[in-house]
Amino acid sequence: MIKVEVDMAKCQHYGQCVFEAPDIFRLNADDKLEYTADADDSERANIEAAVDVCPMQAIRIVE
Amino acid sequence: MNHPVVIVGASMGGLRTAESLRRFGYLGPITVIGEEIHKPYNRPPLSKEVLAKEVTHEAVAFEERAATADVNWVLGTRAVSADFEHNTVTDSDGQVHPYAALVIATGLRSKRLNVPNGELSGRHALRSLEDAIALRAELVQGKNVVIVGGGFIGCEVAATAVKLGCNVTVVHNAAHPMLRPLGSELAEQMQLRHEAMGVTFKLKRTVTDLIGVTHVEGVRLDDETILDCDVLIEAIGSHANVEWLSGNDIDRNDGVLVDSAMRIMTRTGHAVPNVFAIGDVARFANPIFDQEARRVEHWNIPTETAKRAASVIAAYLNQTDSYPAILDEPFKPVPSFWSDQYDNHLLAFGLLSLADKATLVAGVISGDCVFEYRRGDQLVGVCGIGMRPVVQSYRAKFI
Repeated sequence: MIKVEVDMAKCQHYGQCVFEAPDIFRLNADDKLEYTADADDSERANIEAAVDVCPMQAIRIVE
Repeated sequence: MNHPVVIVGASMGGLRTAESLRRFGYLGPITVIGEEIHKPYNRPPLSKEVLAKEVTHEAVAFEERAATADVNWVLGTRAVSADFEHNTVTDSDGQVHPYAALVIATGLRSKRLNVPNGELSGRHALRSLEDAIALRAELVQGKNVVIVGGGFIGCEVAATAVKLGCNVTVVHNAAHPMLRPLGSELAEQMQLRHEAMGVTFKLKRTVTDLIGVTHVEGVRLDDETILDCDVLIEAIGSHANVEWLSGNDIDRNDGVLVDSAMRIMTRTGHAVPNVFAIGDVARFANPIFDQEARRVEHWNIPTETAKRAASVIAAYLNQTDSYPAILDEPFKPVPSFWSDQYDNHLLAFGLLSLADKATLVAGVISGDCVFEYRRGDQLVGVCGIGMRPVVQSYRAKFI
């Protein structure tokens, strides 16, 4: 399993991560980011891609 | 021993290349040569939130991944030449680095004003961490700050400097700040929002002279206006760092020309199989828009081009059967950028500056809104303040 952490103080809800890992990240009805903290190992590449594209560099993978 | 993949440029593009090489199955040695002493860090916050708080490497450093723990970082060293025939790079310490594949990720440097009295102190640019540290020390309440250049970086710094209590004037050579990318309606609206926060604009103006004895005290404009100035910030664009590649048979007209596999092109139109360029220096055609090769200075492009180059390099060096198929894969990344100015959070997809028409398609101009950018009938971009779901729904239209 992978643990995902988003620093919500940094996050500006740009939602770029949603395109890379749609099963982990989503924007809710108020345009705010929501995410699933526990992810399957098969999601690693997608989550790393989400980390890469986050403008605020707010996403971390906690091993 | 096999020669390494040598990546010249230790910024985001260089880092993402190294990481992606591992992800695509290249297990051999990797060397990254970087002019700055720092490991890769994220530049955009240097004009925004980090500049408003405390500028440190820690605040902007990219997280290091286990997969790239064995990368050989050669930092504080500039590559001075490359020889594509003998497959070597020479650095400023005189060390010669043979390579199996070379990745050119040398990025940009700030353009500077070319005016009389240019030797005065108090002049700043904003590209590197060191630039930001030097500038941060000067942005003190009550200082007269003149920003030359009303593009995104100039406007972001203006917003930050106002927040810090400085008196801010932006000198810009067009009718509105950010006019070329945003179009007149949205650009004018952003100007109004800056003015409401206290920024003064001197539009359709250029700087002709600096005034002062040892430190800059004033700036003279082309209408003879003189602005009081304690801190001068030059945000007038950038040059691609490609001079060090001279002597090779390549097109260095504006950055370097690459094919859709990020392989560098000779002047006679042949791809060099083991030399790649990525990020801000790479001039490539994006079939989303047309067949014209362009450099794209949007934040997501170094990452996109790094991944593309790394997939090709890994297949090339591993001699995998899929190499020809990987070469033939289309490459059409959707350019994207964002900008934070006060509480205005802009998000854009596409190449807005290609447009001949911008149309408000959602929201209201005085609040959150979305503009669509078209060249003739062709959609070339979208930009919104807020209204993320609308802006995001456009991304799919480019794919």
